[in-house]
Amino acid sequence: MTLAGQVEEKVIENEGRNGRKRRRPRRTSINPGESRRAWTLIAPAILLLILIVGYPVIKAIYQSFLTDPGLDKSTGLFNQGNAWNGITNYTHWLGQRCAVAGGGTQSCPSGTLGSQFWGSAGVTLGITVVACTIETVIGMGFALMMNRAFRGRALVRVAILIPWAIPTAVTSKLWQVIFDPQGILNKILGTHFAWTSEQWPARSAIVIADVWKTTPFIALLILAGLQSIPEETYEAARIDGANAWRRFTSVTLPLVKPALAVAVIFRVLDTLRMYDLPAILTGGANGTTTSSILVVKQLTSGVNSASALSTITFVLIFAIALALVRLFNANIVGAQTGGKVK
Amino acid sequence: MRKKGIAPAVCLLSTVAVLAACGGNGGGSSNDAAKQGASARGPITFVTGKDNSGIMPYIADQWNKAHPNEKVTIKQQSDQADQQLSDLQQHFQAKDPGYDVVTVDVVWSAEFAAKGWIIPLEGQYALDTSQLLPATVKAATYNGKLFAAPYASDGGLLYYRTDLTKTPPTTWDDLIKQCQGKTTSGTITGPKPACYAGQFAKYEGLTVNAAEAINAAGGNIVGPDGVTPQVDSQQAATGLDFLVNGFKQGYIPKEALGFQETQSLNAFQAGQLMFMRNWPYADAILAGKDSKVASKFAIAPLPGPSGHGASSLGGHSLGISAYSKYKATDLDFLKFIESDDIQRNDLNQGTLAPVVTSLYSDATLVKKFPYLPTLLASIQTAVPRPVTPYYPGVTEAIETNAYAALQGQVSTKQALTSMQAAIKSATAG
Amino acid sequence: MATITAPASVVPEARKPFKWGNVGTVAVMVIIILWCLAPFYWMLVLAFRDNQSTFSTDIWFSHVTWSNFSYAFNTQYNDFGRSLLNSIIIGAVVTTLAMLFGVFSGYALARLVFRGKGFVLAAILGASMFPGVAILTPLFQLFSSWGWLGTYQALILPQISFALPLAVYTLTSFFADMPWDLEEAARVDGCTQGQAFRKVILPLAAPALFTTAILVFLQSWNEYLLSSVLSNGKATVAPSTVAIANFTAGPHIVPYTQTMAAGLVVTVPLVIVVLVFQRRIVSGLTAGGVKG
Repeated sequence: MTLAGQVEEKVIENEGRNGRKRRRPRRTSINPGESRRAWTLIAPAILLLILIVGYPVIKAIYQSFLTDPGLDKSTGLFNQGNAWNGITNYTHWLGQRCAVAGGGTQSCPSGTLGSQFWGSAGVTLGITVVACTIETVIGMGFALMMNRAFRGRALVRVAILIPWAIPTAVTSKLWQVIFDPQGILNKILGTHFAWTSEQWPARSAIVIADVWKTTPFIALLILAGLQSIPEETYEAARIDGANAWRRFTSVTLPLVKPALAVAVIFRVLDTLRMYDLPAILTGGANGTTTSSILVVKQLTSGVNSASALSTITFVLIFAIALALVRLFNANIVGAQTGGKVK
Repeated sequence: MRKKGIAPAVCLLSTVAVLAACGGNGGGSSNDAAKQGASARGPITFVTGKDNSGIMPYIADQWNKAHPNEKVTIKQQSDQADQQLSDLQQHFQAKDPGYDVVTVDVVWSAEFAAKGWIIPLEGQYALDTSQLLPATVKAATYNGKLFAAPYASDGGLLYYRTDLTKTPPTTWDDLIKQCQGKTTSGTITGPKPACYAGQFAKYEGLTVNAAEAINAAGGNIVGPDGVTPQVDSQQAATGLDFLVNGFKQGYIPKEALGFQETQSLNAFQAGQLMFMRNWPYADAILAGKDSKVASKFAIAPLPGPSGHGASSLGGHSLGISAYSKYKATDLDFLKFIESDDIQRNDLNQGTLAPVVTSLYSDATLVKKFPYLPTLLASIQTAVPRPVTPYYPGVTEAIETNAYAALQGQVSTKQALTSMQAAIKSATAG
Repeated sequence: MATITAPASVVPEARKPFKWGNVGTVAVMVIIILWCLAPFYWMLVLAFRDNQSTFSTDIWFSHVTWSNFSYAFNTQYNDFGRSLLNSIIIGAVVTTLAMLFGVFSGYALARLVFRGKGFVLAAILGASMFPGVAILTPLFQLFSSWGWLGTYQALILPQISFALPLAVYTLTSFFADMPWDLEEAARVDGCTQGQAFRKVILPLAAPALFTTAILVFLQSWNEYLLSSVLSNGKATVAPSTVAIANFTAGPHIVPYTQTMAAGLVVTVPLVIVVLVFQRRIVSGLTAGGVKG
């Protein structure tokens, strides 16, 4: 949403510019021919997205209200399922209610997929908060350093792009080797962690691998933001007698905030959907089952129930995204006091 | 602007809602297909996991020589069990007549049977099982009917280091006592080897190992019906405690929490373990040229709390696809694969444990594979894992709770109580 | 771990007169480079190390062998060559489709004025926000009933869901910065809007299109979740990410060194792409969000 906003603002700004030049106040009068042309150009992309995203998502929502195949005790065979099931699939996950033989429900016992819902949501959120915070802080540090005039910057830029460009599947394998109990990390640190088979080490391993891969990327985005701050702004602050910390908090931070916000929202959404890193590194064991892994696990033992789970996951991520947009938007507005607040 | 952002998305979604409602799943009953091709004969396809030891060409040659008009094509899948399973599920869901005879892991047969994907071997498809190991037949039986022909069996064995002990332990206490002074506690990276390891990573192998410990102590995962959980018992607790205490007291190294078959084998092969639980296949590799313990190991039955323990049953069976066009040929192929000749070659060339009882006392084979009598004992006392179409849920229940106990997150008692409830819940639907 | 390997001499000396601040900057640069490259160094070492010596403590190259690479391309085990080809096929088709549809939308969004522009932007970006699992479940079932699991189309179509939005919003940002006055000039000279776009804007936009294409291709190349499920265990269509996750070197071997060799094979071409196109990639990455 923020991106939509950003791009659109830019587009409108651009139009405004052109409009002024051409003395045509475009925002108030819309040319119907141009409108039609625009929709003709956009329609194919929209249709394609409806087909590939819209249709499956709606189908999933519909199916999430149906039953999965159940066992007919008299024949020992499965029936077809797909009967109306109301919100049972949702109460199963959200309320952790599992079916009991002979009807009724009970609280899902540990060891069922149902009981892992809130745990995996919590783990996903926890990893997201920790990883994104570390990434942002270190990324900011990297960006500030790179922003100083320096000949080796091209080299650093290449180095930074490499972890970003290599598939996560490959880096997950790489970290699996590094994190092996007999692997290089334990040897260097002189520790004996079974990194991927104990709960907190396994979670840390995922955070470490994620931070490693994406911090440079965040640094790059922040750097681009930093470079758009004119040097005079700092000069002015310096003349006013602001020390380095003051300059950072009252000049750099507010001005880089829009770029930072986009980077952070991007990262948060990505981390919330995280699948490949934990799936390959730990297989979801030791309290590293993320929401996405849980959906994939459920897929083979009941598609309709999995549909409910993926819908819930999607809604949760959507809600967090909206909340973040509101949060950052408020800050952006607050920072630009009297500026171009709409 | 922000508000505008959400409305269109919602609007977009509701437009396609109409489309979605039409796209419901219209699958028909899967059992109609079972009647097809009852006596028809023709060329068939045999689907099996990756043939790493090269036994399949022999099978194809022998069969095709004898059946020139009903030739078999071998279709090899991946060498990873979960991929084999999803490949089979996919082809069955598509009612693919191109898969005639399929290789089924013992723990999949109930699910395949309940979904109507493989046909019961009764009536005109009846199979003589009198020469076969009873445990393997039991594992392929669902709802009182045999659904698959046992093909290869498997049982757990204790590998031990002959340079460290001459007499393999028969009890758990004995095993722990023998380790004293000869092993490093708690890790495989110490100056001496660690004491004992099996397969304790959170995957199917943990279900096997936990079930073995529980069965050895006289406990049961499920009752005689193969479904009703009975794991919340004192005996089960004694069994699981052997593993739980192993990690607490250090006679099992903590690296073993990440061990699958291969990792445990590698550790033993590198001289990092004094005792290891593993399948018979490990014998050939440990005796191979890359092994540091090639001439320093031997095989014994698994120990238990008081005398020898009980193995979990592994192995594969062959099922006839309900969608096959040539079921008469399929049945002949099943009988052919149980023949003395094929079973013997599978063992000689592929170290697959036979399902034909008599081969275990065959003099030539015993000479080549001295562990055969031990393995026979292991398989004869082996307990099948729960036979239920909900096996994925059941094994998840066992793995998760056993793993939590091994890690010390919950007490053995708590783990078994949850395991009991979770199995019940998994089989309720 | 690999402290010895990235010698400080790689980093050119600062040109300004000596200041402690410069030393700090150089130090941070070295740390950043080490941070990014040290794990890759280890991948390189292990890729050339004999599997038996996986856990050797040598930090430098030792027990050197080429045999790990033969596992990667040996058709008996992995047929990694095939998966690389699959990645290229999938990536190329996805990129072509996304660019084809994206370029028109990007142009319309950046250039034309019409009611509902906010709607379209929000819808397209909303589509890219969907977690993969949200479309995975229904697609799995849909493709399963069509017999599409384990086919190229099943791997290609779902990737449009994130490739197209990426293409559209990167292109929209690029297009918004184009010198549209030139287009106006072309129209004054008698071109239609379409001709003006083709003859004037498109050539100017070529670098932007190329950059967008690289980004889309890289994203497709890196995709794992959808491919791992929808390829359904079929190695003949699975891309390299899936192949590497399921890498084996035969039974009873923990194939660390062989996997690293395969990883290296995937990594090297990407490193070359990054080296050659680094400026473009950075401009593409920052175009969408930061400059606006």
